[in-house]
Amino acid sequence: MSLRQLIEAKKFVITAEVAPAKGTDTTELLEVAELLRGKIDAVNVTDQQSSVMRLGSLVTSYLLKQKGLEPTLQMTCRDRNRIALQSDLLSAWVLGIENVLALTGDVPLLGDHPQAKSVFDLDSVQLLWVISRLNAGFDMVGNELKGKPDFFPGAVVNPGADTEASFELQIIKMEKKINNGARFFQTQAIYDVDRFARFMKRVEKFNAPVLAGVIPLKSVGMARYMNKNVAGILVPEELIKKMADSKDKTQTGIEIAADLIKQIKGICQGVHLMPIGWEKKVPQILESAGL
Amino acid sequence: MKTITELKPLEEIMQLLERHHRIHIIGCGTCATMCHTGGKAEVQAMKEKLVAAGKEVTGWMVVPTTCDAITKYALEEEAEAVTAADAILVMTCGFGVQTVAAYSDKPVYPGLDTMFIGWEESPGHFLEICIQCGQCVLGLTTGICPVTRCAKSLLCGPCGGAREGMCEQKPEHDCVWVLIYERLKKSGMLDKLTGFVPPKDYSRMKIPRQAEVALP
Repeated sequence: MSLRQLIEAKKFVITAEVAPAKGTDTTELLEVAELLRGKIDAVNVTDQQSSVMRLGSLVTSYLLKQKGLEPTLQMTCRDRNRIALQSDLLSAWVLGIENVLALTGDVPLLGDHPQAKSVFDLDSVQLLWVISRLNAGFDMVGNELKGKPDFFPGAVVNPGADTEASFELQIIKMEKKINNGARFFQTQAIYDVDRFARFMKRVEKFNAPVLAGVIPLKSVGMARYMNKNVAGILVPEELIKKMADSKDKTQTGIEIAADLIKQIKGICQGVHLMPIGWEKKVPQILESAGL
Repeated sequence: MKTITELKPLEEIMQLLERHHRIHIIGCGTCATMCHTGGKAEVQAMKEKLVAAGKEVTGWMVVPTTCDAITKYALEEEAEAVTAADAILVMTCGFGVQTVAAYSDKPVYPGLDTMFIGWEESPGHFLEICIQCGQCVLGLTTGICPVTRCAKSLLCGPCGGAREGMCEQKPEHDCVWVLIYERLKKSGMLDKLTGFVPPKDYSRMKIPRQAEVALP
């Protein structure tokens, strides 16, 4: 079943993220594809994530599809204007890509080309609106298309926004995304399940499928780094202590991720793994989580 | 309106002036004076640097408002010193540099980088306030500009990058959407945030822009 069918049938879905290579060597990507095939329902392909220039998400999504995985094309508004975004969307559909995750994108200042001119001609909500227009058979200015796509659009939300204003703004924006065509959501990494449960209660009325983000912890340093630098991520001290006390940190990281998945499972409609270098450990994490 | 400027590095100025020996320097009594980049003190300091680097400075002046047509008359009054120069170094915003160029055939070089239009938020700290997008959205937010003050010019609400109300790109900047939220909350108009804002018409920013004004 496709991601769309699974989500619409209210099945619990598993997605994971892979990052295209910095360069043209796709060996590791294809090895990861072999390992993930049949174990997850769809694979997100990041779009120059953290504004670091790499192989494109469109071509990588296509390669993964050729290898039997269902790709979710991540598309940011940072590097392309509205003409290029629409054109790439049409190209994606022609290449058989059905799922698109609409993102605004990080600013170039955070990546390896900080001097780049950022585009942001559209934002994530407007991109969702554009996808809905294309699905209806029209470009964003109303010209009729000869042949139209039928994308399954998704979006992101950050349930861990740290102030009242930021949190309320996330909820307001989530509703706007739904109103403009988002059919599922993937979240920033969750470590505090109680806090995530409160978020899910709050957005219950939207009836929107939410796939909770999980980033496996690799070290105490990584946890502390994310707590200090990544908006919306809060790794509780208890988990950091577990990592610090562990003799086999890889095993403990896998166990913590598996345990989070087990706790999250009853609360939302899926899990989205962002392994950040641990792509090959995804099957192990899923197995430990009983999935 | 205040145009915020920064002094170019001396090496760059010396490179710009490498073909010329005799230099005239022009500053501005308005924005560049306020920014401490092209007022009397800075023009005099530049004169000393150029002399120390072996140039001859034929004269200098600080025009009250260099972007104004008054510059034409200032150049006429200063004709002797200007005529004696091989080139003019203009320590004003790009507007002033081009105004001088419009009234003089001498080669004109900028001494400053023109940064943005902004206000002095606290002494010596300048903040961009308007990018002149040609399609004002201040009505959406009742007075705070997300096009200028959000790092991504987002119109439909913030990204997920704010930490404790500060911008992810520049942690010393407020997340402008948090400011907008607080402002609308005070006036009981948070519902203004819920609507879809269609993509902006960036054709209004296609350069060079011209405007026709019907004269009374």
